[in-house]
Amino acid sequence: MDFPEEFKYTEEHEWVMVEEEIAVIGISDFAQDALGDVVFVELPEVGAVLEAGKAFGVVESVKAVSDIYAPISGTVEEINEDLIEAPEIINTSPYVDGWMIKIRMTDAADADALMTSDQYQALIAEES
Amino acid sequence: MKKTPLNQTHRELGARMVDFGGWDMPVQYSGVINEHQAVREAAGLFDVSHMGEVEVSGANALAFIQQLTINDAAKLVDGQVQYSAMCYPEGGVVDDVTLYRFNESRYLFCVNASNTDKDFAWMQQVLAESAINDVTLTNRSDEFAQIALQGPKAEVVLSGLTDVALADLVYYHFCEGVVAGVEMIISRTGYTGEDGFELYLPASSAVEIWQALMAAGAPQGLLPIGLGARDTLRLEKGYALYGHELSKEISPLEAGIAWITKLDKDDFVGKAALVAQKAAGVPRRRVGLVMQERGIPREGYPVFAGDRQVGVITSGTMSPTLKVGVALALVDPDVAKADTDLEVAIRNRRMGGKVTRPPFVK
Repeated sequence: MDFPEEFKYTEEHEWVMVEEEIAVIGISDFAQDALGDVVFVELPEVGAVLEAGKAFGVVESVKAVSDIYAPISGTVEEINEDLIEAPEIINTSPYVDGWMIKIRMTDAADADALMTSDQYQALIAEES
Repeated sequence: MKKTPLNQTHRELGARMVDFGGWDMPVQYSGVINEHQAVREAAGLFDVSHMGEVEVSGANALAFIQQLTINDAAKLVDGQVQYSAMCYPEGGVVDDVTLYRFNESRYLFCVNASNTDKDFAWMQQVLAESAINDVTLTNRSDEFAQIALQGPKAEVVLSGLTDVALADLVYYHFCEGVVAGVEMIISRTGYTGEDGFELYLPASSAVEIWQALMAAGAPQGLLPIGLGARDTLRLEKGYALYGHELSKEISPLEAGIAWITKLDKDDFVGKAALVAQKAAGVPRRRVGLVMQERGIPREGYPVFAGDRQVGVITSGTMSPTLKVGVALALVDPDVAKADTDLEVAIRNRRMGGKVTRPPFVK
């Protein structure tokens, strides 16, 4: 399993890639593997205001429904429309084509508090 | 947790294991959708050793089974299998079962894994409270492993391992024969809607037979199949699952298994309640739903007709074959007709679904 060094991670298994005030958000390789075949994705609308720690969307595998939580607060700038038609992209490319949303962060410093790749890998080693 | 004789084999195959009603069982190996497609297009191998087996023997075996079950077991001939169910006196379902007739004084029930102890106790109780004697009940669940081989290539795969004339073994019939050197029951039955077999074999031979089937099936595209795909396969065909469509609170007339409920046969446990329910009008109907919008119906989601809640989803999934949400639901009888437009409340939204008579996948 792969956990890019340049990303930040959350305990709920989202990843965040920061580009100045914008944060790109998706779910980790560990999360997609644990879910199994993703068959449905529900994302917020552009302009929606997200609060850190609150659910902003849903991913469904064949068997289960899982909430996705906002790692940081902000306003949705863009959503990945491709996932609506082809949610399985989350399985095949969780970090690149499987990105979910881009948000304009309320405070870019919030991202600093998230886990590094090493910290996240230590967490999932404990969980599994 | 209870383990089948194939537990270690599943782990070696990289299966993801889950607690299924107290059994440590594989939910998936290569992925639910991949496994599902293998069964629809080629073949799949399932460990169903968790299922229970109860033998009924003795001169009055048939009389007892007629009292115990809702279908007409007198219709069975030697070597035939029947889908049936046991009910409580109030009409709710104890369990759905398959019944195997070896001869007039020897039968075998296959029952749902997590119901085995309850079912065996229930059978003993019904026998004790009846005037029927000379019947022996034996719980043989620990002796048997059970492996299901399902899919259009199932016969080709099995024929390489046995001299039994499989082409002569028709649907819902069984025989005793040797497969890969092991004597077993070969039953042309299954829970996928595809052609296939369920093999009842000694638990001590489970691993070698599994390996033999995997090796024989590999050139045909056979894959090991977990409980995840077992559920999507049965749902696409609209088959009931105990604990979802069937329970103590749901009668067989409501559950869509009226076709095995023989109210015209002599007395059986639950008959009076079911006759009364039919006369008064069955209060709920099990229907199939096919979603008309993107969205996956799940067990427990409420079903609406306009502003009125008319029922609840009992099982639902994304159909890997149709790529739309499909479900079984228990609804008011006035909205149970095919092509009725209903709505399923999925989280905070209502999504359209059409009443559709299963199977969803022909």
